[in-house]
Amino acid sequence: MGISLSNIDKSYKKQIAVRNITFDVNPGELFGLIGPDGAGKTTIFRILATLLLPDNGKATVAGLDIIKDYKAIRNSVGYMPGRFSLYQDLTVEENLNFFATIFGTTIAENYDLIKDIYEQIAPFKDRRAGKLSGGMKQKLALSCALIHKPKVLFLDEPTTGVDPVSRKEFWEMLKRLQKRGITILVSTPYMDEAALCDRIALIQEGEILDIDTPQAIVDKFPKDIYNVKADNMYKLIQTLQRYEHTYSVFPFGEFVHYTDKRVTFKTEELQHYLESSGLNAITIAPTHADIEDAFMELAKK
Amino acid sequence: MKRFIGFIRKEFYHIFRDRRSLFILFGMPIAQILLFGFAITNEINNVNIAIQDHSKDASTLEIINKISNSKYFSIKQIISREAEIESIFQKGKIKAVLNFEKDFGRNLIKEKSAKIQIITDATDPNTANSITNYINAILQNYQLEKNKSIQIDYQIIPQTRMVYNQELKSVFMFVPGVMTIILMLVSAMMTSISITREKELGTMEILLVSPLKPFQVIIGKVVPYIFLSIINAAVIVLLSIFIFKMPVEGSLFLLGAESVLFIITSLALGILISTISDTQQSAMMISLMGLMLPVILLSGFIFPISSMPAPLQVISNIIPAKWFIIIIKGIMLKGVGLAFVWKETLILIGMTVFFIAVSVKKYKIRLE
Repeated sequence: MGISLSNIDKSYKKQIAVRNITFDVNPGELFGLIGPDGAGKTTIFRILATLLLPDNGKATVAGLDIIKDYKAIRNSVGYMPGRFSLYQDLTVEENLNFFATIFGTTIAENYDLIKDIYEQIAPFKDRRAGKLSGGMKQKLALSCALIHKPKVLFLDEPTTGVDPVSRKEFWEMLKRLQKRGITILVSTPYMDEAALCDRIALIQEGEILDIDTPQAIVDKFPKDIYNVKADNMYKLIQTLQRYEHTYSVFPFGEFVHYTDKRVTFKTEELQHYLESSGLNAITIAPTHADIEDAFMELAKK
Repeated sequence: MKRFIGFIRKEFYHIFRDRRSLFILFGMPIAQILLFGFAITNEINNVNIAIQDHSKDASTLEIINKISNSKYFSIKQIISREAEIESIFQKGKIKAVLNFEKDFGRNLIKEKSAKIQIITDATDPNTANSITNYINAILQNYQLEKNKSIQIDYQIIPQTRMVYNQELKSVFMFVPGVMTIILMLVSAMMTSISITREKELGTMEILLVSPLKPFQVIIGKVVPYIFLSIINAAVIVLLSIFIFKMPVEGSLFLLGAESVLFIITSLALGILISTISDTQQSAMMISLMGLMLPVILLSGFIFPISSMPAPLQVISNIIPAKWFIIIIKGIMLKGVGLAFVWKETLILIGMTVFFIAVSVKKYKIRLE
């Protein structure tokens, strides 16, 4: 009931979208595709949802071949495209009803599956879908994608453009759906959401950089990493970039994540360099690498 | 079947919630038919003319009276100098000037011939032509009256009868044309727009990844518009019968059946358009430019096909509207039955089958 891709290539005219994509999603797994915009995530979803034919390679969804058995796949997967794709002039309830009907079921029949989600938007069931907030739209879209009890769920950037609270709620829902045995493939450009997946694939420019559990990916990070802070953030980054021993510098919230080229590195030395460059209120503290650091590191190669 | 009905219900929601389209859908036929019926006409009525009378005798007076008594002309101005003619035409109100020569009456009696000059403003050639014909007819009539006592050796008396439209009402010509345009436009444009809207809004992506079959999506899109177009056709026929006193000589049932056939032809064309366009805008442009213009220009609605250059006559054969206009003119005005329009009907059926076959072939089950 899982998903399997091997050596999938896809180009649009001369533009390569994805190259040599191979990964497996185990049944019941919550698998994340992590990468920036334009990395090829949507292309992978469309290939798996039988909307695009790959140029090369084979893929199966729930044991069904994406080319030969495309009709059967369309019956058994839930697909939520990246762009809000419900009928804006239909109300919440009408949208849900419509999708239930075209999948040959009713809301009542599968209500237990969507209950948690739908209850949150039920107070607005007579509102037109186009007038919902971003978070509510995504909840409705998820309800519509789930209404026919799919075995596999494809969610293309479901939390893009959604506020942080709704994002958190959304991921809690995904966790609950996973417990019901639904295999979920989800993509996101937010690195913090990656940690919530069982396993993730990091993608950039159409190629997979690494596939592993979020923890393993972070553990592979080869360097000690430091949170650096100073009174002038912009100047701090510039100064660090000029430093001869700098390995990498990335802004990270209120800090700058810094790694050093040397194996033995003394923070005092860096402190001294920064002070001499005219920066004040400097703090340097060791920290743990997270997925964003790992991604940046992998993307460098 | 349940899925299909659910889909059609959704389509009706779309139609009834989009007030603007709904207004176009029902407002346009009524507006067009009234516009063509009342405002746009080839007949002449109360045309303003001016008179320049160098003779001012009994016979010119009689002719002038005859002209001003007819409902076609009203004399707005009497002028005395040739130079004025140019300037009154430029003002644009006066469409024709009648110029009686000097000693018109005396010439008529003594010389047996007198001259009258008819000058018309031919910026609108059709009207100018009609004006000349009408004035000629009045002059002829006057001559006949005068010559009653005189015996001419032989005489040809033409007896003209205009059949199917005795009063030469132009609305008889416009109603079938407008009906054709409207059915074509509503059916083809609306379906092509509604299908491309799903592509544009991304909902097609979800519809594709669902158990709905392509033909269910297409038929589901088409069914609501069949209903709406039938209502439109009925409104147009009723308007033309009750407001313009247009006859329906043939069977109303046949008229209805042929209209449904043409609606389906247009819908099939709409589906075809939607398979080749990705945005609502391009669907609309193709419908307007690709359908409206040929229908108006090449269907014989306004310009008679027989007077077109040969290549255009050939092209006019591939315009479905041409055949439908022949059919409804036959049924409404001549009262013919299927026996006389079966050929046209078959052509329309053939075109419909062709459009549907091509669209089904071109319909994409995937995104590319």
